[in-house]
Amino acid sequence: MAIWLDHRSKVIVQGMTGTEGRKHTNRMLMFGTRIVAGVTPGKGGQSVTFEEDPIPVFNTVAEAAHATGANVSVIFVPPPHAKAAVLDAIAAGIELIVVITEGIPVADTARSYAAAQEAGVRLLGPNCPGIISPGRSNVGIIPPSIARSGHIGLVSKSGTLTYQMMFELGDLGFSTAVGIGGDPIIGTTHIDCLKAFEEDPETDCIVMIGEIGGDAEERAADYIRDHVTKPVVAYVAGFTAPEGKTMGHAGAIVSGSSGTAEAKKAALEKAGVKVGRTPSGTAQLVREVMATRR
Amino acid sequence: MDLYEYQARDLFEAHGVPVLGGIVARTPAEASAAAHELGGGLVVVKAQVKVGGRGKAGGVKLARTPQEAADAASQILGMDIKGHTVEAVMVAQGADIEQEFYFSMLLDRAQRTYLALCSVEGGMEIEQLAEERPEVLVRRTLDPRTGLDAEAAAAIVAEAGFPEDIADEVAGVLVLLGGVYAAEDATLVEVNPLVKTRQGRIVALDGKVSLDENADFRHPSWGALRDDSKADPLELRARAKGLNYVKLDGQVGIIGNGAGLVMSTLDVVAYAGEDVPGRPRPANFLDIGGGASAQVMADGLDIILSDPQVSVVFVNVFGGITACSEVAKGIREALTQLGNRASKPIVVRLDGNAVDVGRAILAEYAHPLVTQVATMDEAAAAAAQLASAAMEGK
Repeated sequence: MAIWLDHRSKVIVQGMTGTEGRKHTNRMLMFGTRIVAGVTPGKGGQSVTFEEDPIPVFNTVAEAAHATGANVSVIFVPPPHAKAAVLDAIAAGIELIVVITEGIPVADTARSYAAAQEAGVRLLGPNCPGIISPGRSNVGIIPPSIARSGHIGLVSKSGTLTYQMMFELGDLGFSTAVGIGGDPIIGTTHIDCLKAFEEDPETDCIVMIGEIGGDAEERAADYIRDHVTKPVVAYVAGFTAPEGKTMGHAGAIVSGSSGTAEAKKAALEKAGVKVGRTPSGTAQLVREVMATRR
Repeated sequence: MDLYEYQARDLFEAHGVPVLGGIVARTPAEASAAAHELGGGLVVVKAQVKVGGRGKAGGVKLARTPQEAADAASQILGMDIKGHTVEAVMVAQGADIEQEFYFSMLLDRAQRTYLALCSVEGGMEIEQLAEERPEVLVRRTLDPRTGLDAEAAAAIVAEAGFPEDIADEVAGVLVLLGGVYAAEDATLVEVNPLVKTRQGRIVALDGKVSLDENADFRHPSWGALRDDSKADPLELRARAKGLNYVKLDGQVGIIGNGAGLVMSTLDVVAYAGEDVPGRPRPANFLDIGGGASAQVMADGLDIILSDPQVSVVFVNVFGGITACSEVAKGIREALTQLGNRASKPIVVRLDGNAVDVGRAILAEYAHPLVTQVATMDEAAAAAAQLASAAMEGK
């Protein structure tokens, strides 16, 4: 078992006919993800041919889901159309919506999230690399070749740090790796992932990667202290980030004394989490934990 | 993007929020003219800086005549307030204040929704208010799909305990402020103080507004609000090239892909710097993003090499979508274009997608300034060493 995504997941790509959507659909197909349809309003009835079979394109997610039985959607559409795409997927009864698009106005995400909550739908992202259960399914843009299937669960705000960590621990392998994104409002948080990994029998150790901005890591630390029995190893990026400068992610900004890496590290350590100083130092801590399990 | 007070005032006015007259001035003569235009009576001359505490720093002065307004402006302009040089003042109509209130609407990251804060006790900083008088601060979560509508405003006003004779009018102003928040894609609208004048009017006297830059595609008018006078010239150049660059004050130039990895690289370089003489530090944040082409890499390198403070560059790429071969080509392209102007060593760590091709390209190019190092930690140490040697040599 893995969390939220396995070999049975049937996936729709919203924005499959665009450059990014096409490129990543091809990558996901090569990995073995079951992509059953594309959705682009106004292009229904067309199809896009990849290595083997043509994949049909529909005008709406509802039509695509009805025709194919899809339960997961991944969104590559440009920021101005992202909210409409999410609402379309929610209305169609999709269970997991993964939003890769970067640069969506936070008001649009807030409204999408409110709608997803009301419908009981899991939203992942936006501005995230997606989710991968190695050997089973890959939805998003995480390079599949860097890690094998195993027993580490990974949750990260950052895409490239996800890849870096999966690469460092590729031989041990991962149950599922989730990139939650670095925007101020995200559909799935560290806490949601911690809860799912705690309940997943295949996950032995949880790696959590955070960064400056907000207080998500502090809240995750409280959650770990009260609810997580599995070992958690963490890394926080941005110790040297100056106050008041946004570091790439819209959410990554230290304002006054809030959101600093130092505060996050302290909160995590207080909750019994081992916190690495560098990505490779963190990987080493995970190796030590994993050596005592299984 | 944070707005100046006068920009917030103008935005409020455009959305029908009651404000007093206010005109921005950049010279004493402009301040005098502004005071004239506002009727020649009592005005307040206020420093326009994006930092709190200007009143205590002497950045707010009363003026009874246009001449006094000019005098006040000449005292305030050029003043340093917490590291911010005052380049403009707002000349505002004087208000006859009977009572001060507090209101703000903002993004609640933890609850993933909007939050309204309101209090009948205004005037002090919100942090202080929340700490000293939490019982008078109303907090109300708002559904982002409906925002601050009449129903929510009425509930806030009732809970905050506004006097009955002004409750409806305050609620109306809150709805208008909620309209500013929604229509302008704000992440913060704060009014402190919101006042009741002796004439019984409810007026937003001082406003703070932050706008969500991700929404700029639907706000063509925002270009005029952007203040580039304070921006670093390298940051402006980088923005024009579509690069995500933040200037810092160290010696090791940094290029990487992905915000998280670049932040992490800054940390690792700073740690490595602690172990060598001179304690070199990161000179910048530069994220070339996912799937960067050779041209993007070359643009990035060009910007960093033109920072005179930089003595060594560290290129740290983990290829997920980005192909290391493209990064290697970009380095080659940039060095070829720069020719003799390239005089700083470049430490390169490549891993991930197309790493073998990328490393081979650089090995074959064999540029004397380029060193390839296998891991991030070793590369950071090498970059710190080179920066330290350059500092010691000076």
